[in-house]
Amino acid sequence: MARAVTPRRKAINTIIAWLVGLLIFFPILWIVVLSLKTEGDAIKTPLEVLTSVWTLESYAVVQDRSDYFKHFSNSVIIALGSTLLGIVVAVPAAWSMAFVPSRRTRGILMWMLSTKMLPAVGVLYPIYLLFIELGILDSRIGLVVVLMLINLPIIVWMLYTYFKEIPGEILEAARMDGANLKAELIYVLTPMAIPGIASTILLNVILAWNEAFWTLNLTAAKAAPLTAFIASYSSPEGLFYAKLSAASVMAITPILIMGWFSQKQLVRGLTFGAVK
Amino acid sequence: MKQIQLKKVSKNFGATEVIPPLDLDIEDGEFVVFVGPSGCGKSTLLRLIAGLEDVTSGQILINGKDATEMPPASRGLAMVFQSYALYPHMSVRKNIAFPLRMIGMSKDEQAKRVDEAAKVLNLTEYLDRRPGQLSGGQRQRVAIGRAIVREPTAFLFDEPLSNLDAALRVGMRLEISELHKRLDTTMIYVTHDQVEAMTMADKIVVLQSGVIEQVGTPLDLYHNPRNTFVAGFIGSPKMNLLTGKEAEKHGAHTIGIRPEHLTISTKKGGWEGTVGVSEHLGSDTFIHVDCKAFDETLTVRASGEMDLSYGSTVYLTPDASNLHKFDENGMRMS
Repeated sequence: MARAVTPRRKAINTIIAWLVGLLIFFPILWIVVLSLKTEGDAIKTPLEVLTSVWTLESYAVVQDRSDYFKHFSNSVIIALGSTLLGIVVAVPAAWSMAFVPSRRTRGILMWMLSTKMLPAVGVLYPIYLLFIELGILDSRIGLVVVLMLINLPIIVWMLYTYFKEIPGEILEAARMDGANLKAELIYVLTPMAIPGIASTILLNVILAWNEAFWTLNLTAAKAAPLTAFIASYSSPEGLFYAKLSAASVMAITPILIMGWFSQKQLVRGLTFGAVK
Repeated sequence: MKQIQLKKVSKNFGATEVIPPLDLDIEDGEFVVFVGPSGCGKSTLLRLIAGLEDVTSGQILINGKDATEMPPASRGLAMVFQSYALYPHMSVRKNIAFPLRMIGMSKDEQAKRVDEAAKVLNLTEYLDRRPGQLSGGQRQRVAIGRAIVREPTAFLFDEPLSNLDAALRVGMRLEISELHKRLDTTMIYVTHDQVEAMTMADKIVVLQSGVIEQVGTPLDLYHNPRNTFVAGFIGSPKMNLLTGKEAEKHGAHTIGIRPEHLTISTKKGGWEGTVGVSEHLGSDTFIHVDCKAFDETLTVRASGEMDLSYGSTVYLTPDASNLHKFDENGMRMS
């Protein structure tokens, strides 16, 4: 029997949902609040923080002190570059594993995923040395390659799951209908795979945008993305709350906007395969 | 004219032999049904003809030409899949037109053919919908539409009705038979349902473990099954296959008698037994009877009015002219 949904239960559920939502969103909300305060007000008690003067001073200082747009463009290039490069590498890989699997396909997929279970710091030293050797330390191309490799297992897995969902009979039907490999790719497979490729791109752009370990360790000034921009306002004494918050807000706003407009695809991407 | 010929065609998947070498001729305009239990290789055989699987050895001739190495598209065959296999991102119109687009037919000619097919299949008002917005029966009709626009040499159907509910299945069965009469094109139809096979086929090919057990018209298989497998597979309810002393009395290892060829009486008859479950269908009653003479339970087809209580004693008499005899290898004794 279905559970009865009384108005009272519905009201309680709604309140709980809002509370949980607020709880999750609270840190971001508080960062926004702090970013609109003076440095002195930002370290006061919450009540005093809320009742003190609102100001855009911190944003002005941050914008004055560092070049936001340089970091922003670095972030865009690194996030998009690594994702697109990853897609180019992963599509044929996922394709062949989904449509012409061999006995070892499963094993290879698991092995790829297992690399995500290693602590990244374990390979920091060798990669750092490689970067020096190759002269790509603090370069955007170096980060594009490293982030692509870091996210590649996830990209391959996501695409593999999407391609797996395309029924083989449809491809056979296309073959019976006279489609050669090219026509099959253009008219049947790609249109059916586009939603999957789109959510994979979205999710990986976000992952790459937020990636902080490699971007902080492998950049200094030239290629530093927004993660480094935020980090530059964090000091051991913690005296720059307002400026740190302003920098954070500026760094996460673009990705939040993108996430907002693509939430449908994102949710589909994250829960794909879980429910049919 | 022999349109499709299989010569010593065999198929292995790795080390497993799914279809040992077999020969089969399919005549022009024939409605051939491949029937057998699941896993008997009937779908594989169809896919070999379609070109979706490569033969391990042997030769496939279509219209006298060797098609063994031809890609599916060049064989001039159209296939209807169990899952419909429609292109979900295309409208019904584009789905049906797809094979025509692939051969580079002009837009006008495409539209004409699609409209014709849609009219035949009652799809005209759905042409601009996506497959996702259609019911199962409509989807299956779109799949058939996509097959008929090409005017293929032969149609291949791979269990096309098994995803439909019972009522729709009977309707579509008639529509496909109707279509066959109208188009007069060869159709090869795969099913595990012997009722579909019996009602639709000109020729039935009964398969078991990749081996052709018998080829013949529906009534031929019904009246003269070549072995106990075909005897048990064709006909509903199943033929009673009986072994033991009674069979030996008839000089056979196994005797077969169809439920409709047994008369049941409460007074006298050949074999005494007790009534088990009775299944009332209205038009008929199927009565399961345990006879002392056999280990097997016998099924009897009686009139719809027949009402016997569970456990009562009855006597069964077989119609001697419809008694089938099989030897110890299960083969028919003439």
